[in-house]
Amino acid sequence: MSTATRSLPRTIGAHAILLTYTVIALFPVIIVIMNSFKSRAGIFGAPLTPPTPKTVDLIGYTTVIGQGDFIHYFQNSLVVTVASLFFVLLFGAMAAFALSEYRFRGNSLMGLYLALGIMIPIRLGTVAILQLMVASGLVNTLTALILVYTAQGLPLAVFILSEFMKQVSDDLKNAGRIDGLSEYTIFFRLVLPLVRPSMATVAVFTMIPIWNDLWFPLILAPSEETKTVTLGAQLFLGQFVTNWNAILAALSLAIMPVLILYVIFSRQLIRGITSGAVK
Amino acid sequence: MAAAPKRPFRWHIGVFLAPAVLVYTAIMILPLAGTLQLSLFRNIDQSQVFVGLQNFRMLLGDPNWSVNFWNALGNNVWFFIIHMLVQNPIGVLLAALLSSPRLRFAAFYRTAIFVPTILSFVIVGFAWKLILSPLWGVAPNLLDLIGLKSLFTPWLGKEEYALTTLSLISVWQFVGIPMMLIYAALLSIPEEVIEAAECDGITGMSQFWKIKLPLILPSIGIISILTFVGNFNAFDLIYTAQGALAGPNYSTDILGTFLYRAFFGFQLQVGDPNMGAAIATMMFLIILGGVCVYLFLVQTRLRRYQF
Repeated sequence: MSTATRSLPRTIGAHAILLTYTVIALFPVIIVIMNSFKSRAGIFGAPLTPPTPKTVDLIGYTTVIGQGDFIHYFQNSLVVTVASLFFVLLFGAMAAFALSEYRFRGNSLMGLYLALGIMIPIRLGTVAILQLMVASGLVNTLTALILVYTAQGLPLAVFILSEFMKQVSDDLKNAGRIDGLSEYTIFFRLVLPLVRPSMATVAVFTMIPIWNDLWFPLILAPSEETKTVTLGAQLFLGQFVTNWNAILAALSLAIMPVLILYVIFSRQLIRGITSGAVK
Repeated sequence: MAAAPKRPFRWHIGVFLAPAVLVYTAIMILPLAGTLQLSLFRNIDQSQVFVGLQNFRMLLGDPNWSVNFWNALGNNVWFFIIHMLVQNPIGVLLAALLSSPRLRFAAFYRTAIFVPTILSFVIVGFAWKLILSPLWGVAPNLLDLIGLKSLFTPWLGKEEYALTTLSLISVWQFVGIPMMLIYAALLSIPEEVIEAAECDGITGMSQFWKIKLPLILPSIGIISILTFVGNFNAFDLIYTAQGALAGPNYSTDILGTFLYRAFFGFQLQVGDPNMGAAIATMMFLIILGGVCVYLFLVQTRLRRYQF
């Protein structure tokens, strides 16, 4: 339909703008990773050129791996993210199923109550959350972070998943009921496998803010044993302000796992967004 | 949650709902309510005493607090304005270009432009701090390439530029979100509408302004409210790039960093949970106000354009 409207200059113009913005988006990331492999002289002498055999130096990486306890921080982040993700998906899917499957008094009110948290950030309750965690002795434990992130992720998960669960065919569920399956079996065996693609979308949306969060680790779990990689990187970078090799290497180490995961999952993520999951 | 009359009580509904509702209520709703309540109390002689709105009177009236509060609020408003003026138009432009039919490399552009959005504030803040640093010289070198070296100043270190620079960094990071949401909205416009427009001779730019833009207005509305909530709740980027003191001379202080300092104290200032709660309450009211304006004024009006 579009051959009539497309013209060569317009296509070139579109590519020029998109390419320019792509460069703007990637340039800082590339420059940091590129320079992390260089010697100090190389970093300052020619920051814009890729490392040459003359300027290659891995001193930054050896410093970071020798000094920071990054593997440990990484483990903490992984535990927190995976556990929160598990609870958000499980509890979120269960609640979404209850809201979309059954008609009961207070159904829409409950839906509204759970949706409140999409707009009101949990961060505003920090003062009382800290008191709660102090009172229950959970300060400086990963459990505190998992609880907070589970609560934070639930509203959006319930909202998105209940939209998808409405699309699961009623005939299938009723067939299951006639065969004598319990409501729990229907949920776990029939419905959950069918909404798996939307669960993946919710997973990606839930995961990124949890992995990247600085506020709650800083306030609820700043101790050495419970630091997440984001907080660890923040403190580490603060200490090494003058050691540029170490800073650039630490930044690259923080960027790369996220970048690799993103390249693997980007199709899922983009399909999730463009399928209108977040409306 | 009671069962319908004449039916056995359906326990499974409760079982399905309970975990989510319990965690959500205990960790989110009750602390939120607790924070609002705490803002009405004051710690006098080791015990919490109800003082009504006195904390708010102090926050808005006592020069020790109000100067910082209004400064943070003003900065936050500017932060939001820059996002609305820069992030959303760029997002719309990129989405419009990406959605043009049979554009090559569209998937590559989409993936690449979204990269900054997945990085954490810590990485983004530090990477830009290094790039803009006069010590390293990446920014001056680049400006030199296009012959504008004289324009370079340490943007993050100057009171008059620091906040705008940080806002633009935040825009750089988040432009992927409006781009994606608007891209999705553009893709969902039915073919027939576009074809009808083409039959009427409306193509190219005028097609975008007259046909597509009105149809994606609801998405722009959602993006605006998401930006609003995100901006008035922001903290990480400023904290990473400028520290809790939000320097130079508080010129980049926003409500999030102000809350952090009031709550935990910093250097000479002693932490005060009640004042922290009062600031959080103000942020809550601002965000709630924004959401209400969106729900009752913007969304009801935009509905008309939906199919």
